[in-house]
This record gives sequence, structure tokens and C-alpha cells, in this order.
Amino acid sequence: MAELSQLYQELILEHSRAPRNYRKLATTDHQAEGFNPLCGDRFTVYVQLEGDTIRDIAFQGSGCAISKASASMMTQSVKGKTESEAEELFQRFHNLVTGRANSGGDGDANLGKLTVFSGVAEFPVRVKCATLAWHTLRAALKGRQAPVSTE
Amino acid sequence: MQRVNRQPLVYLDNAATSQKPQHVIEAITRYYELDNANVHRGVHSLSQRATDEYESARETVRRFLSAAESREIIFVRGATEAINLVAQAYGRANVAAGDEVLITALEHHSNIVPWQVLCEEKGATLKVIPIEDSGELRLETMDVLLTPRTKLLAVAHVSNALGTINPLREIIRLAHACGVPVLVDGAQAVPHLAVDVSALDCDFYVFSGHKIYGPTGIGVLYGKSALLDAMPPYQYGGDMIRSVTFLKTTYNTLPHKFEAGTPNISGAIGLGAAIEYVERLGLTNIAGHEHDLLTCATGEISKLPGILLIGTAKEKAAVLSFVMEGVHPHDIGTILDQQGIAIRTGHHCAQPLMERFGVSATARASFGLYNTRQEVEQLVAGLRKVREVFG
Repeated sequence: MAELSQLYQELILEHSRAPRNYRKLATTDHQAEGFNPLCGDRFTVYVQLEGDTIRDIAFQGSGCAISKASASMMTQSVKGKTESEAEELFQRFHNLVTGRANSGGDGDANLGKLTVFSGVAEFPVRVKCATLAWHTLRAALKGRQAPVSTE
Repeated sequence: MQRVNRQPLVYLDNAATSQKPQHVIEAITRYYELDNANVHRGVHSLSQRATDEYESARETVRRFLSAAESREIIFVRGATEAINLVAQAYGRANVAAGDEVLITALEHHSNIVPWQVLCEEKGATLKVIPIEDSGELRLETMDVLLTPRTKLLAVAHVSNALGTINPLREIIRLAHACGVPVLVDGAQAVPHLAVDVSALDCDFYVFSGHKIYGPTGIGVLYGKSALLDAMPPYQYGGDMIRSVTFLKTTYNTLPHKFEAGTPNISGAIGLGAAIEYVERLGLTNIAGHEHDLLTCATGEISKLPGILLIGTAKEKAAVLSFVMEGVHPHDIGTILDQQGIAIRTGHHCAQPLMERFGVSATARASFGLYNTRQEVEQLVAGLRKVREVFG
């Protein structure tokens, strides 16, 4: 069961128990809802932009440890980044969790702490959990109205 | 024995679908190897054999349900299609603006949405019998909920998410006293308890083959012949017609009126074999064995820290739904799967029910005739491991 400890790394469990930026922003200029109808995970991501820089970001909702920790760590990772930097980070993260990271999984230095999600690649059905918040962030930035889903 | 994630498989997702006995697999294989032909069409021997086997499966279902006549047994894709058939063919002809359709709070989406859509289309109202915290229906509300405008009551025999066995005789008696016909969703009941539609006096009874050890893609609609006779067809095409001209078509008699097109012949034969298998073991024996597993699992799992059982009705069948404090059901599912244990996690296609209990999802272990006490112990050990991982 080595895969299990790879998936549920201590940092992930810690973030799922005490998610960061878990609140509603007082002033929000972009927000979106992400929902996985098959499993019931549901998050709202709030973004405050300054120019094209993410000045503040927060989220609320409910879901499994993977989806909640991913949302929490995403907010930490993209705060202060430009929209295009956040998009690039999403692509790297997506490659990591789908096992397509070009430099051997957790070798992608640009991902920083997000590399703790490398274990997700061994659990294809959980990729949607790890990426739900990210898809929701993209939808918020694009100003989409309809809730997004990773199903 | 199969291994999953290098562990022996413990399959506890029988409420989703059951594993298939060799007897069923062989019946399907034999049909395809030796008797494959279309039914009700050819004069050749193969077609005759295929027809005989298909119709013999219908007779097996009739006997299994204790229905009066085999023409009251319609083969469909599954319980979902059967409910849609009744909603479309019976519902559209009998439900009008201002009328009401009554369901219950513990229904599967398949016994909610077809009625909801029918009500929207007709300007009718969908009403819901509420449940207690235990997962038992509040039958005392039926007095008020059954009105002269109620055109149909649709109710599960056994709840897929809670395991509650509903007191059908009482429910049907109350409905019939108001002249309301009753459709019973028996998908979760037929693998676990003996069903006698004549004694129940239900008007429609539906179930899916794959949950009772048969193949997917085959299911049954039982309906009283008087009701089925009066209903218009659900789909149109081959086999369901008596004569066709470009001016006018007349329809075949029951059951063929509701079986347009080439049916799922191997599916029906497989279902017949599955029912024979269950009958040979005896539903009383099966129910006794599963009750033992359920009692054992309920006792053991309740003892684990932070467990809340969802569904604690006095009468339950083979389903144990629960949540674990601080651990999302999906994480429980993944960690158990790593130990070779298959359970279902999620909303079980019963979102209104999840809302009723204030949860977005539960973990559900559901038992079948082949499960053992040792597997229950493995489940309990697996849940201890979940607690270990999450601290």
C-alpha cells in the first residue's frame, strides 16, 4: 500500500484538515462554482484581481481530502501571480497529476509544494478531485456563469 | 480468486451491481454458441429454440414474482426503463393538470425524475412522503398526502441508499383505499427477499436483472394485465405490431405490445438463469445469511470511533450506509480499494435523500449471497486503516 502514503501525504492531510484561505472575499470581482455531480464535491472560488494579477483568492465548499487540500494549496500557489502565470501553473499541475510531467513527476521545480500531489497519478479516478478547484479558478478568471465540472 | 491492488477482492458493492454466477455466464454463452437467432420471426429451428428460451425466461420471471399471467411480464432494459415506460405510457394518459403523483423521500433518482418531468409536462404536482431520521417512511402522513387528485403512488420496496424495507402491504392498502394505483421499484428488493406481486396487490413492479446476479441491459416490468392492456405502446417498431399499412397500424397483444424491436434475448435468458440460481439457493436462506452479515457488520462498524450510520430502520436489507467523522467517503473508498475492498461512495443517485440527512455523500457497503463474515471483518479492519491514515 505504498501508493496510499504517496497519495495521502502529510501535507495534503494537513491542508484538508485546516484549509488555507477558506473564506469568502469581502470584495470579489471574479468567482465561479465547481461541482462534480457524480461525487457531490462542490467548491466556490473567489478572486480579486489587480490588473491581471491575482491580488487575493479564497474558496469555500465541501469535498474529499484531495479536492480540499488541492483547493487550499492552489490558493497559496497562485496568489500574487498573473493570470498567465496561474494558467501555466495549472498546466504543470495537470501534467503532474495525470502522470505526464516531463521531468519525471515531482521533478518539476516550478510546482513547489504542489508536487505532493504527484501520487494522484497512480489513482486516475481521483484526478478530477485534484483538478476541480483549478478548473473552477480558470472558469472564474474567464467569467463563466455556468458551474464547471471535471466529470 | 481475483486480486485487486494485490489483495484478494472483497466485493461489497452489490447494491450497485452483483457478480455473475457461472450458471448465468454459461446460459448466455450456450445461447450464443448454439441457439442464436431472432425471436418470434423465423420458422426455422434456431429461431424456434431462441423463442422458446426467451419465452421460458418470461415464465420463470412470472413464477418468481407470483404474477397471474406471463403476458404481464414485460422485458425492458432495467428498472429505469420500466419506470419511464409507466410514466410515459400510463402517466401521460392518466395524469392531467392539477393532478398529483406521490413518491417518497427515499427514492432513487430513477423513481423521482420520470415523475417530475411528467408532472412538469402536465401541470401536475409531485408530492413526497417524508421519512423519519431512522430512514422509515412516515406513513401517518399518507392520510393527508393521498387526495382525490392523486393519480399514482411510486415507492421503492427497499431503499438503495439506506437499506430500509418499506411496509408495502400497508402502503398499498392505504393507496388502494383511495383508488390510487401503486408502482413498486423493486430493484434493491428482488435479490434479497421473496416478492409476491399477487399477494402485495401492487399494480406495477419493476426490477433490474443485473442486481439479481443476471446480466446488465435486461429488466422487468410487471403490470396488472388490465392496466397494461389499456396503456398505449411506449415505443413503436417491429414485433409490437399486428398489422401495418401506410394508413393504419394495429398493435400486438401483451407482452409484445411493449417490446418493440429485437429484444435483449441473451439478457432475458441470462436473467432466467439467475433467477433459477437464486431459487435453488432459496430466498429465505439468502435473506437469513445476508441478515447475519448485516447484523454483524452493523455491530462491528458502530463500535469504530466517529462512525455515524445513515439508515437505522428496524427492517433493513443488506445495505450499510455510513459516514466517518473527518473523512470524506471518497477517501474511505480509495483507502479500502487499496486493500482490495470495493464499496460505493457518493450520493447513490439519491441527492434529495442525502440532503435530508445533511450529508453530500456516504460510504455504502452492500452484501450479496456470496459474501462472508470474514469479508465483514476485512471491511472493519479496512476502516481501522482509514482511521490510521487520517489520524
